[in-house]
Order: sequence, then C-alpha cells, then structure tokens
Amino acid sequence: MFKKLFGGKSIKEAFSGQKIKESLTRTRNSFFGQISGLFGGEVIEDDMWEDLESLLIQADVGVETSMQLVETVRDRVQLEGITRPADAQEIFREEMKKLLEGHEESAVEKQRILTVILVVGVNGSGKTTTIAKLASLYKQEGKRVLLAAGDTFRAAAIDQLKIWGERSDTPVIALEPGADPGAVIYDALKSSYARKTDIVLIDTAGRLHTKFNLMKELEKLRGIAAKQVHEAPHETLLVLDATTGQNAISQAVHFKKSVEITGVVLTKLDGTAKGGAVFAIGKELGVPVRFIGTGESMDDLMPFDPEAFVNGLFEDVSISDDEEKEEE
Amino acid sequence: MFENLQDRLNNAFSQLTSRGHLSEADVDSALREVRIALLEADVNFKLVKDFIKRIRERTVGIELSKAITPGQQVVKIVHEELLVTLGEPAKLNLGGGSPHVIMMVGLQGSGKTTTSAKLALHLRKAKYSPLLVAADTRRPAAIEQLAVLGRELNIPVHREDTSISPPQICANAINVAKANAYNVVILDTAGRLQIDETLMGELEEIKTRTSPQEILLVADSMTGQEAVRVSKGFHEKVDVTGLILTKIDGDARGGAAISIRSVTGVPIKFLGVGEKSSDLEVFHPDRLASRILGMGDILSLIEKAEDVIDEEVAERGAKRLMEGNFNLEDFLEQLQQIKKLGSINKVLDMIPGMGKMAQDIPKDEMEKQLKKTQAIINSMTTKERRNSRILNGSRKRRVAKGSGTKVQDINQLLSQFRQMQKMMKQLKNPRARQKMMKMFDGLM
Repeated sequence: MFKKLFGGKSIKEAFSGQKIKESLTRTRNSFFGQISGLFGGEVIEDDMWEDLESLLIQADVGVETSMQLVETVRDRVQLEGITRPADAQEIFREEMKKLLEGHEESAVEKQRILTVILVVGVNGSGKTTTIAKLASLYKQEGKRVLLAAGDTFRAAAIDQLKIWGERSDTPVIALEPGADPGAVIYDALKSSYARKTDIVLIDTAGRLHTKFNLMKELEKLRGIAAKQVHEAPHETLLVLDATTGQNAISQAVHFKKSVEITGVVLTKLDGTAKGGAVFAIGKELGVPVRFIGTGESMDDLMPFDPEAFVNGLFEDVSISDDEEKEEE
Repeated sequence: MFENLQDRLNNAFSQLTSRGHLSEADVDSALREVRIALLEADVNFKLVKDFIKRIRERTVGIELSKAITPGQQVVKIVHEELLVTLGEPAKLNLGGGSPHVIMMVGLQGSGKTTTSAKLALHLRKAKYSPLLVAADTRRPAAIEQLAVLGRELNIPVHREDTSISPPQICANAINVAKANAYNVVILDTAGRLQIDETLMGELEEIKTRTSPQEILLVADSMTGQEAVRVSKGFHEKVDVTGLILTKIDGDARGGAAISIRSVTGVPIKFLGVGEKSSDLEVFHPDRLASRILGMGDILSLIEKAEDVIDEEVAERGAKRLMEGNFNLEDFLEQLQQIKKLGSINKVLDMIPGMGKMAQDIPKDEMEKQLKKTQAIINSMTTKERRNSRILNGSRKRRVAKGSGTKVQDINQLLSQFRQMQKMMKQLKNPRARQKMMKMFDGLM
C-alpha cells in the first residue's frame, strides 16, 4: 500500500508531510497551539518565558528539560538581539528539533540476509500491538516477515500475537505458554534462515525496568539473538506509552543499560497525551524516536520524523480551546 | 536522578542561621524545591500550583523548632498536605443486593485484566464467590487472557463470542451469576481513550444495564500530566467510585495518584504491586506520600521484612553473633533470610535517602557476590560450615569445584568472615557496642 500510494518513495519521505500533521491535530490544538499563541504578541514579555516553561512541563517534557530549553532559547534571543516573538518562536522550534535530531539512522535499512528487531518495554506499553503494526508495515514494503512470540509469561500473549499474525498473514513462531523465551527466539531465528525471512520481530514479556531478574533475562535473550545472527539484534526498540510521565526517562535509562535500546516507539498518541518525555530521552540518552503509534488498527503506525513532528506541531493553530484557557 | 526532597530542603535552608521564624524569603526558596519535587513526581502542574499556595500559607511565619531542622519542618507540612489530598483508604462497597457488580474501566494497558483477576482472588479469600466477565471483545486474545487467569486461580469466567456486544455480554453475565449463586461479578471492560465517544458510550450502556455498585478506574502509576484529563473523562461519563493504582512496584513516584484523587474525589482502594495474582495491596496513604516526595518506602520494607523473615531464625543468628559463636552455617541461614526480601536493587530502593546513593552502589556486583557466597557455603559439608578452620587446600579445591568458583574466592570469603567474627567478638565489650550503635545512628 505504501509503495502504491507514494510511488516508490521511502516511507519516511512519504510521511514527513500531511499524515503526521493530521495525526497530531489533537496534540497540536490542545498544547502546542498555546505555544504558538504565546509567540503571537508584538513584543517579547517576561511572562512569555514562564508560560512557555509551564506549557512544556504540562506536556511531560519534565522540569529540568523544560527549564533548560527555555533558558537556551532565551539566551539565544538575547544574544542574537531578537525582539519579535515570531522570531523567538523560530528559535524555540529549532532547539526542540535539536533534541530529537542528530541521531544515528536506523540500522534496519541496511542490506543483510536477516534483520532482527527486538521489542522491549514495561507492561501494558503496547509491545504486541506495535509488533503487529511493524509486521504489516514491513510486509507492505515487500519484506518477508516472521514473528517470534517471546512473551511466554503473560496469559494469552501468544494467542494475541497469533491473531495479529493471521490478520496480516505473517508466520508466528511460538512454543507453549511458560516455555523458555530463549528457546522461542532460537527456534524463530533458525527457522528464519530456512524460510529466507528478511525481518524477524521478537516480542518479549512486559517487565518493569526495576526488576533485576527480568532485566537479566532480557540481556540473556539479546545474547541468544546475537549468537545466532551476526550483529543481531540490529534494532532494539523500547515501546513507550505516551501517557507516561517522568518515569519514561528511568525506563529508557534502564533498558538502554541492559539491552542497548537503539530506538523508541511512542504509542497511544491518538489520545490527549503528548509524550513530551521523548525530548529528555533524546537529550540525555541520544536514543531517537523511530515510530509513533496512533491507534488500534494495523495501519496506525508511522515512522517518526523530528522535522515534520516539530513543524507539524506549530502549524496553523489557534488558542480557542476553551478548556485549556480556563486551565491557565 | 532525583534527590530526596529532604536533602534539597536542607540544602535550601543551609543559609538559614537566624532563629525564630521562617521568613517569606526562606519559604519561597523552600517552596521552589517542593514544586520541583512534586512536578518530577508527575503531580499535575495546576494542582502543584494550588498545593504550593496552601503550603505557603501554612509555612510563612511558623516558629522554628529546636528539635528538627527547618527542612524537616517543611517536609512535615508537605507530607501532611499530601495525606489530606490522598485521603483515607477505603474498602470495596459491596452493600445492596447480590450479585454485587464491579466494573473495571481505564485506558489501554493500564492493567485491567490482570487487576480483575487479582481482585477476584482477593474477594474469594474474603469468602465471596466471584464471577469474572470477559467484556473486552476488542483486543485480540483479551478474552483468552482472562480465561487463562481464571483457570489458574480456579475462578469461573463468563465469556461469549467476540461478535456479541459487550453490554449484552455483561447483562448476560448477571443472569449467569444469579442462576449459579455467584455473589460478585467483575466486569473486565476493554481499554479505551477517554475521548473516544463511541466507546465511552458503550461504557455508559454497560453501566445502565448492570447497575454496578463499584466502578473502579484502573490507572498506571507511571502516568504523567495526562492523569487529570484521563480521570476527568472517565469520571464525567460513568461516575467512578474508586481507584486502583497499578505497577506501583516500579520506580515511578506516583504523583498521578494526587492528580486523579483531586479530580475525581473518590478513594484509592487498592494498589497493584506485582505480576502475581496475589500482588494486590491495600492502599497506605502515608507510604504513597513519602514515595511521591522521593523519601523511600521504609515502612513497606519493614512490613515485607516482617512478612518474610523468620523471627526465630533471625533471633538465633543475633544470639549466636553476640555469643561469638557465629559460624558459616548461621551466616548462610541469615543470607537466605535477606534474599527473601527480594533483589538488592529493590531493597535499596525502599530505603529512604538511598535514591541517589543507590545509583553509586554496584548492585549487580553485590547480587553476584551474594550468589557466589551462597554457592560456596552450599558446597561445604556441615562440618566445614561449623568449623571453617578445617578447610585445607584439598577441601578448598573441592568446594571451589562444587560452587563453580576459584580457591581465591573461598579464601577471600573466609578472611572476610573471620574479620567479621573478630569484630563480633569485640562487640561483647559494652563500650565497643555503644560506639557501634552511635555509628549506626549517624548513618540513619
């Protein structure tokens, strides 16, 4: 579908425009809309900086990151002798983008015999659903995909993945519930070679990042993949619920430490949540957002593009949201 | 990453030399710290504003106490205010005619299905006979998930085909409960966004058709600023009667609890504290308040210790220590007790003030070392454990082989152990004991 729609353009290019904008309308109106409003005046007033900081905090960007961001922008405005709020906004936009940009490209795009993607995260963040969406996306790119049902712990997690597999016509390698997830991964990778699979997506059980033994297990699972396939996993994605507050940073820190996450998938962005924690994650850990999840159906996943993300947030908004006004 | 609020305030007050009353300037600098602590704990921005206002009113002009530091005084006030907001823990309301209906609602992934099973188990322990209802027809295999949990716990689950509408399934379940004398019905509804009008309408319909006594909002303790909007959305549509906060076993500070409480005004009824079906706890406001302030959870640690540690064993160890007869066998016994508390990581996290310090402790190493020590002692004969002096070269080699370690490891353990023995012997001297106690006081 992607190929057809966008005439062979890469997914990233295709999405950098309209669709991200559409999907973020809600976020835009309720939050960044106000930011644009802030910069709407004739002169820069001191209140503006305070309001800007408070809006960022309310988007879960975090106290520290918000304060730093505002300070950076403020310093630049002073240094560059800027007097018009509209120009200040431009600088703010640039600084926000900076936090999300400049990271390594995904290693998935590289040519190789078999690409392994490990998907990790805390309970209920949306790993299994994200895997289903990723499978559908790669299949539409013409890749042969295989799913490994590595969550053998949660009741019926295997069934959940199998149902998604059926819907997207993707093979699922699974053992019985309670089986060693390492064995599942081993089987899946072995069978991938036999089937000439292009991409294996490994589902894992949700685990809180503070659980020592479960994080150790995850390290072990990563090791099994590394042993079977050269340089695997080629991508390790942390699935992060956009509704999560400051704990998101702790999650990213811990998962990075144990399994070297290479990217974040920000899920549940179809609600009112902003997922502002990704700015801190980008700043502190240099881990980029790769995809955003915007719904429950298989096509509700988009590659993340910082440029389009930040630009989209600023475009064409008004501050007529009554509820928001009342809140301030 | 986060410092303890107490440390921060002590820092903010370090300039404070004047005795008497807290000035406005003192209070302002303290409140800045309080504000940051609350925001970092994910308490809603607007609520923090109101909160700070209230604390300010109570703090300006208070008389400085000689007994405690100004920092401690402010923390106490903040703590009290948090307690007021968190409210008293409340029990389930299972009055009225049988079957009592409990409806579980919440966002996707907040933990409704797991919590439904936990609640059913909790109720069965309280001599109710619960019926679980799989009303999530949307998420693939959600019905199967509840069915599996029900099977594991031996609790009946009412399920129907995914083509049947959830309100219909729930209504049917009530009849099933009546016919089979189940006295509590727990409705596990699908996760949904509070702004999804169609699905929120479905919740209203379920409510109308089943008249639940309890509508419990299941919320992830990691939720950020959105907690206000989410709980407002659910409360406006279905009138939530209670809250369950899940995944509290992580390291989230749980400020969302304050947000949700303030918006809905309904009590927090339970906390989800782990992945096992028995991991459902009654809510303790004081603990959650301490946690939100980043002050650890020593009460939970103590309770856990009381729960898992065998008092007799602990006492026996202490007695032998004092007598100077502590041997490797006793040592192993005590180690096993400590291990029951959970991973070192978890234990450290619960100790107040450890927040920052805990990061510098190589916990993985400690965990490994503990395992190694255990393996070594396990590989010794009883005789060797009771009298480590008989461990000669060949015995050490055998133990090393048995425990997968090296002879050096065994020597190291023995020398450490002997040092400990020596120290303990010194403790028999009352004056040395006093000195030691003082040292501990300094640490606490």
